[in-house]
Amino acid sequence: MVELPRPASWTLRLVAAAYVFFLVGWPVIALAQRTFADGLAGIDAAMSDPDVTHALLVTAEISLWAVAINTVFGVGMALLLVRHEFPGRRLLSALVDLPMSVSPVVIGLALLLVYNGRTGWFGPTLESHGLVVIFNSPGMIMATCFVALPLVVREVVPVLEEIGDDQEQAARSLGASALQTLRRITLPAVKWAVVYGVVLSLARSLGEFGALKIVSGNLTGQTQTAPLVVEQKYTNFAQNEAYAVSFLLVLVSVLFILVVSLLRPKESTTS
Amino acid sequence: MSTAVLGQDTRAVGRGRPGARWTLTGGSSLGLGVVLLWFSLLVLIPLAAIVATAGGEGWHGYVDTLTNPQSWAAIKLTVGQSLLVTGVNVVMGTLIAWVLVRDRFVGKRLLDLVIDIPFAMPTIVAGLVLLSLYGPRSPLGVNVSNTQSSVTLALAFVTLPFVVRTVQPVLAELDADVEEAAASLGASRTTTLRRVVLPAVIPAVAAGAALSFARAISEYGSLVLLSGSLPFRTEVVSVRVLSFIEGGDRTSAAALATIMLGVALAVILALDVLQRRVARRG
Repeated sequence: MVELPRPASWTLRLVAAAYVFFLVGWPVIALAQRTFADGLAGIDAAMSDPDVTHALLVTAEISLWAVAINTVFGVGMALLLVRHEFPGRRLLSALVDLPMSVSPVVIGLALLLVYNGRTGWFGPTLESHGLVVIFNSPGMIMATCFVALPLVVREVVPVLEEIGDDQEQAARSLGASALQTLRRITLPAVKWAVVYGVVLSLARSLGEFGALKIVSGNLTGQTQTAPLVVEQKYTNFAQNEAYAVSFLLVLVSVLFILVVSLLRPKESTTS
Repeated sequence: MSTAVLGQDTRAVGRGRPGARWTLTGGSSLGLGVVLLWFSLLVLIPLAAIVATAGGEGWHGYVDTLTNPQSWAAIKLTVGQSLLVTGVNVVMGTLIAWVLVRDRFVGKRLLDLVIDIPFAMPTIVAGLVLLSLYGPRSPLGVNVSNTQSSVTLALAFVTLPFVVRTVQPVLAELDADVEEAAASLGASRTTTLRRVVLPAVIPAVAAGAALSFARAISEYGSLVLLSGSLPFRTEVVSVRVLSFIEGGDRTSAAALATIMLGVALAVILALDVLQRRVARRG
């Protein structure tokens, strides 16, 4: 292995650490300092504001729905992509990644064009059957599903490829039904991959901003989510509340990263 | 950990798979049907609606959008800043990945954790986080808000993990034998780095760069509070699309969005090719 001379390796180490510290580390610390500048006053103000607590609840509800749907869809999609042969499989596997590089604003616009109640392709029909999608929770759940779509699939696909299907075939040949094989062999094998996928999707879902801003209508106390309330509080000069809610969201996202990094090494022992 | 967020090998569905695959049975055909229906309702039909809406006015819809000076300024700013930030990421990301894989020091695990923060953090919060250090009441005395530097800063923040996380696993799996062989055959350190290590990581760097470029051109949330979205100066394409939507001009919004979609698709295709190359080397 190439060993760099000491000064060079020290320089690289310093440059890397300094770059990350100035770009991420210090700003995060500065946010915490700003939040607790007046002690707990900011947190208290935010937590006693019904708009904020409602927004936190909306975010939790929408995210849980979206993550549940994405988990089922993600595992199903991964199984189809890895274990089955059908025309268009490669195209589908490339398209699944598309949401990662589409702007959230474009995602919001796309859903708006199809599902809005007046001029949308499907919106008026759905509304005449009593299902309001846009400016309502179904649309918000869809937008969140869209942005977090590839995360579970991407985690499960490589694990499925790695374990192969020997055990599944053995189970089948011993007379297990397809459902039994899935429940007793396949799902336990991909368990950890699914868990990472869920944690990552949850982090992504809680933080979605652009797509939800368009699809939710941003109605305070109704469809406003936590990230949207941060923007509103900040621009309406309730900056201490904006910092408090942001601090909470940062705390949650750091927690998610810790969970993923603690879980990750177990993968090698289970698979 | 390294592949937690952006595993570069996760897309390699087309790669040689161990084990035979089954053709569709009754149950899985139903599964395929349900998955495809949901995928179409959620992704394909809405994206098709954008293209259809933009195409409603024919070619001159696109031409009008592109020749609108404000939109053109937004496109130039977005593409320019994204290229700049991608360049920074290629250098810094590779450097950080190298340090994380080859160096040992106290706090390395912390550095590894912090890299993932931009990926997990809500984008609007990312903007606020940067504002608290580089904004009006900056403890450093640096205020970049409402300038083009704020766009660079925000994009560098949100795209930080991409190159690091694609290069890191490739560097970790690089065979030490090859480097030792090169050295034992008399290659100098620089020669080994240039002729052995660099060619092995270049596809991964390129894949990371593509991901970071795609993310940068589509970024919205982190810029809202930070850049001020001043027309002709700090307004990016996503903000421009949103202001068309809010102004009720869905055709122009769709035209601009179609252009962004085209770029996203091009990046996906480029990535697909790159991933195959990475997979072949691995």
